[in-house]
Amino acid sequence: MGKVEGHDLEELNSHVRTCIAIFVGLLALTMITVSVSYLDLPVPAAISLALCIALVKGSMVVSIFMHLVSEKEIIFWSLSLTVIFFIFLMAIPVITQEDIIKQTIEVRH
Amino acid sequence: MSGVEIPYVSSPRPDTGLVNAKLGIWLFLASEVMLFGGLFSAYVLLRVGADVWPEGSTILNVPLATLNTVVLISSSITMVLAWASLVRLDFNKYRLYNYGTLLCGAIFLVIKYIEYSSKFHHGLYPSESTFMAIYFTLTGLHGIHVIGGMLVLSYLCWPGSKMWKTEPIRFTGRVEVAGLFWHLVDLVWIFLFPVLYLM
Amino acid sequence: MEHHEELPFWRKYILSTDHKVIGIQYALTGGFFLFFGFGLMMLMRWSMAFPDQPVPYLGFLFSESGGAISPNTYNTFGAMHGTIMVFMGVVPLAFGAFGNYVLPLQIGAVDMAFPKINAASYWALFVGGMIMLASFFLPEGPAKSGWTSYPPLADIDVGAGQTYWLIGMVFLITSSLLGAINFITTTIQLRAKGMTFMRLPFLVWTQLVTAILLLLAFPPLEAAAFLQLMDRLADTSFFLATGLVVSGQVADISGGGSPILWQHLFWFLAHPEVYVLILPALGIVTEIIATNSRKPIFGYKSMVYSLIFLGFMSFVVWAHHMFITGMGTTMNAFFQTTTMIISIPSVIILSCLFISLWGGSLRFNTPMLFALAFLPMFGIGGLTGLPLGLSSADIHLHDTYYVIGHFHYVVAPGTLFALFAGIYYWFPKITGRMMNEVLGKIHFVGSLIFMNLVFFPMMIQGLAGVNRRLYDGGASYADPAAVIDPGFYSHVANVLHLNKLMTYSAWALGIVQIFFLINLVWSIKKGKKASRNPWNSTTLEWAAPSPPGHGNFDGPIAVYGNPYEYSVPGEERDFSPQFEPGGHPQSQKEEI
Repeated sequence: MGKVEGHDLEELNSHVRTCIAIFVGLLALTMITVSVSYLDLPVPAAISLALCIALVKGSMVVSIFMHLVSEKEIIFWSLSLTVIFFIFLMAIPVITQEDIIKQTIEVRH
Repeated sequence: MSGVEIPYVSSPRPDTGLVNAKLGIWLFLASEVMLFGGLFSAYVLLRVGADVWPEGSTILNVPLATLNTVVLISSSITMVLAWASLVRLDFNKYRLYNYGTLLCGAIFLVIKYIEYSSKFHHGLYPSESTFMAIYFTLTGLHGIHVIGGMLVLSYLCWPGSKMWKTEPIRFTGRVEVAGLFWHLVDLVWIFLFPVLYLM
Repeated sequence: MEHHEELPFWRKYILSTDHKVIGIQYALTGGFFLFFGFGLMMLMRWSMAFPDQPVPYLGFLFSESGGAISPNTYNTFGAMHGTIMVFMGVVPLAFGAFGNYVLPLQIGAVDMAFPKINAASYWALFVGGMIMLASFFLPEGPAKSGWTSYPPLADIDVGAGQTYWLIGMVFLITSSLLGAINFITTTIQLRAKGMTFMRLPFLVWTQLVTAILLLLAFPPLEAAAFLQLMDRLADTSFFLATGLVVSGQVADISGGGSPILWQHLFWFLAHPEVYVLILPALGIVTEIIATNSRKPIFGYKSMVYSLIFLGFMSFVVWAHHMFITGMGTTMNAFFQTTTMIISIPSVIILSCLFISLWGGSLRFNTPMLFALAFLPMFGIGGLTGLPLGLSSADIHLHDTYYVIGHFHYVVAPGTLFALFAGIYYWFPKITGRMMNEVLGKIHFVGSLIFMNLVFFPMMIQGLAGVNRRLYDGGASYADPAAVIDPGFYSHVANVLHLNKLMTYSAWALGIVQIFFLINLVWSIKKGKKASRNPWNSTTLEWAAPSPPGHGNFDGPIAVYGNPYEYSVPGEERDFSPQFEPGGHPQSQKEEI
């Protein structure tokens, strides 16, 4: 029996195997990120490293567990729009916060 | 119920290749991303604007949070296995894995409860500092999502599983969609953990 | 296909999952809140024209202040007027009602993709609305920090009104999110055979883009609402800066927060929200102009691309509401530029609509009159926005009546006219009867005159420097005895007499609406019977019976042509409906 309800069983088995590999990878990365945090790296380096590991872990979950890699075009479209707006939302308030008027002007009546 | 039959509930529409629920859940997840995006944006703005920002590990319990990370990742894999069991037409195994997911969710919440109560015990309330405030808000909202996900999974485990007898393909789709939400909850935690505890 | 099960009343009309019933529920709720918000405004206008004088007839409502509207009450009314009109009036009508009723019909769907979620979306709105209404009965009254709820004022506001506002908003946001998911999925998944994206009626396109805006812009406000709830309930300081002084005392807070953070999160929603208010209106007007000019819409494709660009750009203009928060010149320049860019697609859409009229055989029925009036009114609203989008001009205009005049031109004679037009236009589809033309025309002429008399003087006052949110309409502001520099505000004093004109016009506008209400109720039972396609229109909703039954169409429906094929050369009739195979020489070349 090759197919159950339109799913290829071979494909499913290999997908499950990938998922288990990803699971192990996620556990390993968790251990890495925690142990790195005990190394007392300088703050900017620690932040970048922690965020990079989180990004890798996140993309593993999204692409394999949520099988986005094999998803349809329309979903990519809606998600890429979300990603763009997400970046706007994260970046612009911070940039605005950095770019503020610091000079004071004396007002005379 | 009503006499109207909505198309593409269990079989995909040919030109988009999607069933309705699949598109719907991804749109919902997109809005969730923006919800947590707003909160992360608040976190960054508060941190950038703060004179001093405590290192999470000095206040929060990193080992417990690491354990919680492991618990949530495990729950994600049981979720995948539950769905795969349904595709293999093995309903009993589906239920078994679903119990596993629910158990992991419960363990996560218990650990969270222990963390919270130890904070309260030491007089660390959200009003203590903006760090504690954003910690409680982010983890609290995430916890609500865990509870919401568990409710959905419980429904699919018990009363909602009647559909397996009548419409197995649609039911498998429902489990898959619930799984997508559950993975998002996991995903949010993957970012919350380093941001709050390790940075 | 039809089962003809007789459902009990509460299943058929209350907990229905039929998109048409839900659309009507949205319409009734939105309509109620529109009139409620309008009522608040009429009371506020009394206070502005006749400050501290008892309100005639309704003075008993304000007994503790001797029948007059106190500044505190005025503030609550101002905040609730804005909230109600935007989130509970116009959005439920433009998006919830027209989207729910018309969108599935126009794409040839039997219902929404998720009927139960659709019902849940309506009931979330209902609960949110009830929470907002309930807050009027609180001892300290409802929220009073403006519809924008800026902290620190909103954070430290006494009484539970602001908390109710936030909880209500969470429900309203949830409602919009569920609706948005449903609309997008329905449009993408449930289009009839042959309904390609470039054959979608423009209204469907506008609803689709609106839904995307709601989906991605509302969650940050939800996040902000949670943060403000934490500030109010758990004493956090997300929006409270260190060293905040309240009533002369240093507040007992941890501090470290940023009031600007709220403004960012709020306007990240609220600017796209402006387009949520206006886009469905543009869609409605396009349908009506195409039908009643008997001509294809000019530049349909450029309108669609403009619309998509408009939706995208609306996410990167929000800080033009924040020019005077101390933003630096780099960011000012950035937001000023994006704001100028976003006006281009709006102008393209409006120009296409104007050009569509050229050489058409115009029919001046009530929906068309409202649609025609929409064009210049929205034009005025849009053009008066440009000075506000320029950071230097905004320093003078910010928070004056000019702003109020500007956005009311967009939303009131703009969106509301389109909504009226839509009601007159689709009423025969919904009820099977036409609305009365004479009453409709009285309603139109009266609304057009009085809307302008209410909102145009605001521009004059605003340019003279009258601030918004003043319970006495600026009287104490122009009082030479009350200001440090007498004469400095004399230019304000010269425009205050306009307050009375605006107030009388607002009440007259209210009286004119009675004609509309009478027409609406009378026509349900006594209106002229309407056929399936009373306007000889081309889009799919006119293929369904009036009113459409359960499942909408008589049978499977297919689409054979573009949405607005009017006056096709060589055809017998001057319209070639999308749902009929013949009469589409242009579209025949394309794949069906």
